[in-house]
Amino acid sequence: MQISGAQMVIEALIAEEVEVIFGYPGGAIMNVYDAIYQQSSFQHVLTRHEQAAVHAAEGYAKASGKVGVAMITSGPGFTNAITGIADAYMDSIPLVVISGQVPMSLIGTDAFQEIDAVGISRPCTKHNYLVTDAKDLARILKEAFYLARTGRPGPVHVDIPKDVTAQIASFDYSKEVELETYKPTVKGNMRQIKKAVEAIANAKRPLLYLGGGVISSGAAELVREFVQMTQIPAVETFMARGTLHHADPLLISMLGMHGSYAANMAMSETDLVIGLGARFDDRVTGKLSEFAKNAQIIHVDIDPASISKLVNAHFPIVGDVKNVVESMMVLAKEQVDPLRYGPWHNTIAHFNKLHPLSYTEEGDRLKPQWVVERIGQLLGDDANISTDVGQHQMWTAQFYPFSRPRQWNSSGGLGTMGYGFPAAIGVKRADMERVSVNITGDGSILMNIQELMTAVEYKLPVINVILNNNFLGMVRQWQTMFYDKRHSQTDLSIQPDFVKLAESFGGVGYRVTTKEEFDAALKDAVEKNVVAIIDVVVARFENVLPMVPAGGSLFNMMLEYKDK
Amino acid sequence: MEQARRVISVIVLNEASVLSRIAGLFSGRGYNIESLTVAPIPDSKYSRITIVTAGSIKVVEQIIKQLHKLIPVLKVYEHADLVEKEMAMVKIPLSESLSDIEALAHAYNGRIVNVGSDTLIVMVADEPMRVGHFLEAIKRFHPKEIVRSGSVAMER
Repeated sequence: MQISGAQMVIEALIAEEVEVIFGYPGGAIMNVYDAIYQQSSFQHVLTRHEQAAVHAAEGYAKASGKVGVAMITSGPGFTNAITGIADAYMDSIPLVVISGQVPMSLIGTDAFQEIDAVGISRPCTKHNYLVTDAKDLARILKEAFYLARTGRPGPVHVDIPKDVTAQIASFDYSKEVELETYKPTVKGNMRQIKKAVEAIANAKRPLLYLGGGVISSGAAELVREFVQMTQIPAVETFMARGTLHHADPLLISMLGMHGSYAANMAMSETDLVIGLGARFDDRVTGKLSEFAKNAQIIHVDIDPASISKLVNAHFPIVGDVKNVVESMMVLAKEQVDPLRYGPWHNTIAHFNKLHPLSYTEEGDRLKPQWVVERIGQLLGDDANISTDVGQHQMWTAQFYPFSRPRQWNSSGGLGTMGYGFPAAIGVKRADMERVSVNITGDGSILMNIQELMTAVEYKLPVINVILNNNFLGMVRQWQTMFYDKRHSQTDLSIQPDFVKLAESFGGVGYRVTTKEEFDAALKDAVEKNVVAIIDVVVARFENVLPMVPAGGSLFNMMLEYKDK
Repeated sequence: MEQARRVISVIVLNEASVLSRIAGLFSGRGYNIESLTVAPIPDSKYSRITIVTAGSIKVVEQIIKQLHKLIPVLKVYEHADLVEKEMAMVKIPLSESLSDIEALAHAYNGRIVNVGSDTLIVMVADEPMRVGHFLEAIKRFHPKEIVRSGSVAMER
C-alpha cells in the first residue's frame, strides 16, 4: 500500500483499535490533522492545552486499561506536553505521544517552532523515536504501541518531521514486532517463587504491600482471592487504592507519609513483606534504615531495576504480578495455613482501634475530610475519582471508600498539579456510565482551568469539587509545621468567582458552605450532567494527618498537630 | 561506601541516538564517566561500548540495571576478570632525542609512528595504568599534545 506518512499514522491508529485521541494541532503536524479530518474511525478530542491532552490520555488509559494516545505539534506544543509525558513515565501509564517536527531539511537550523524533542523526552519516556523516513513509520508506530503496553508500561514518544508526513511510501502494519533487545521477563522464576511461598508459610506476621503494578497488570481480582485464601493482611500504596474493597477486613489502608497509623505500624512490625508491583518509593518508606526492619522482603516486579533499588529483597522475583501470583496461589493453597495469623490480626485490630483515620468536626466550617466521605456515601462505586495534587489528594486517598481497581486516578510519582481535571475528562471518555469526579484544590484547579471548554464541547461532564481553603494547602501545612508559620506565597485569598467562571464556559457552578448545600449541589450536578464546579468552603487550617515528616521513620508519626 | 573503578561493556543496537541514551543515563543521575569508547562489532548490527566509571557496588548494580532497561541495549557486562587496553598518542618536538623516545615507547608496547618537519608522534598501547606511567615518563620530552583513547576490555 503506497500512502502518505500522515495517512500511515491514521492507518496505524485504526489497526491498534484506537477509539479516541486527545490533541492540539499546529504547523508541523498539519498533514496528520488533515488526514484526521478525512476519517471517521476514531474521535479527536481537542483539549485547550497540550499538557491537558496528555493528562486526558493518561486518565483514559488508567480508566480503560488501554494505551492512551495524544497528538501535538512541534516546539511549544511539544514542550507543553512534556509535563504530561513525565507524569506518565513516573506512574507507568501506557501512552503513545505523537508530535510534529519541522521538516528534515530544517532540523538543526533553529527553525520556527523547532526544538530537539527527542532530546527532551529521552529521560522521561520508556522509549522515543525520531522518524526520518516514512517507510519506517509502520514499524515504529507498531513498536511504540507494543513498548507502551508490555513489560513495565510507560509513555513512548514518536516525533515525525513535517516532510515525512507528506512523503509517500509503502505501508505494511501486519509484520510482527521484532525487538531482539527487548524481552521483558513475564514469568517468575519458579525456584524463587517456591522459596517465597515457604517463607510465607513460615512467617508469623506477613504483610502484603500492594502497589500500582497490581492494577496495571490486571491482577487485582487475583490478589483479592489470594488475600481471602491466605488471610494475610494488606496495605496499599497511594497508587494501589481500590485494589482491595474498602470494606475488606484484611485491608489495613494506605501506608506512607500520610498513611494510617495501623498501616505504618503493621509495616514496622511485620516479619515478612510481600511486595507486589510496588517500588518502595521514599514517600512510602520514610527513613530507609528503619523501614520494615524486622522483616524479610519478597519483591515481585516486572522491572528488574526496581528490585533491590532502595530496599534489599531477600526473595527477588522478576515477573508480571498476575503471572507470579497465579503460581504462588497454587503452592500457597497447599502450604499456607490461613488460621495461623490470628495473633497478628489481633495486633493490627489493636493498631486500628488505637488511632483510626479520623478528623474532628468543629464549628460550622465544613471539614474537607467530611466532603470526601460524603461524596463516597452519595456516589460510592458509581463514581470514578480523580484528584489534583496537595492536601485534597491525600484526604481523598485516605477517606474515599474505593471499591474497585481503576476507580482511582491521581498523579503519584511526579505530583503534577493540574493533572486532575483533564485526566477526569479522559476517565469520563473511557467510562461514560459512571460519574467522573475531580476532587481538587483552589490552587490546582487553576492550573488547567481552560479544560472547562473541552468538557463542554465534547459533553464530558466532569464534576470538579474544590476543597477551597484559600491556601496552597500542603505547602502551607509544611510552612506551619517546619517553617515557623512563615506562609510564603501560599495565601490564595484572592480568587475568581468559581460559579461565574464555570457558567461563563457553559457549565454549572455552586458555592457551598454547609452540608445541606453540598448534598444539594452534588445531586444537582449529577442530574444536570454538564461540567460543574462545586466550590466548597472548608476549614482553612486543617492538616493532613497522620504525617511522617520527610526522612523520618514510618513508626514515628505525627498523629495530631497542636498549634503553638 | 567503597568507590572502586569499574569497567562496563554494553552491547547496543547500532542506531542513531543510542549513545546519547547511554550517556544521558549517567549524566541524569550524576554518575561520572571516566572514559567511553564505542565501535561497531564486525558483521553484526551491534556496537560495543566500553565505559569506565567509579562507584560503589550498589550504584554500579543500579547503573547496570538501568542500562539493561534501555530498549536498544542487548547485553551489559561488568568485568571482573578482564584484559583491558588503552592507547595513547603523544606529539613531541623534533628537538628531543629520538632514540630515547623510541626506547621509552618500546617499554610500553609502542613506537614512533610519524615524524613531521618539526614534531614527531609516538604511540603506546598498554594497560590504562601503564599508559598513565608512560605519560608521566614522557613529560621530560616536553610533549605538545596528548591523546588517550579510553579503555577497551575483553573478558578473559
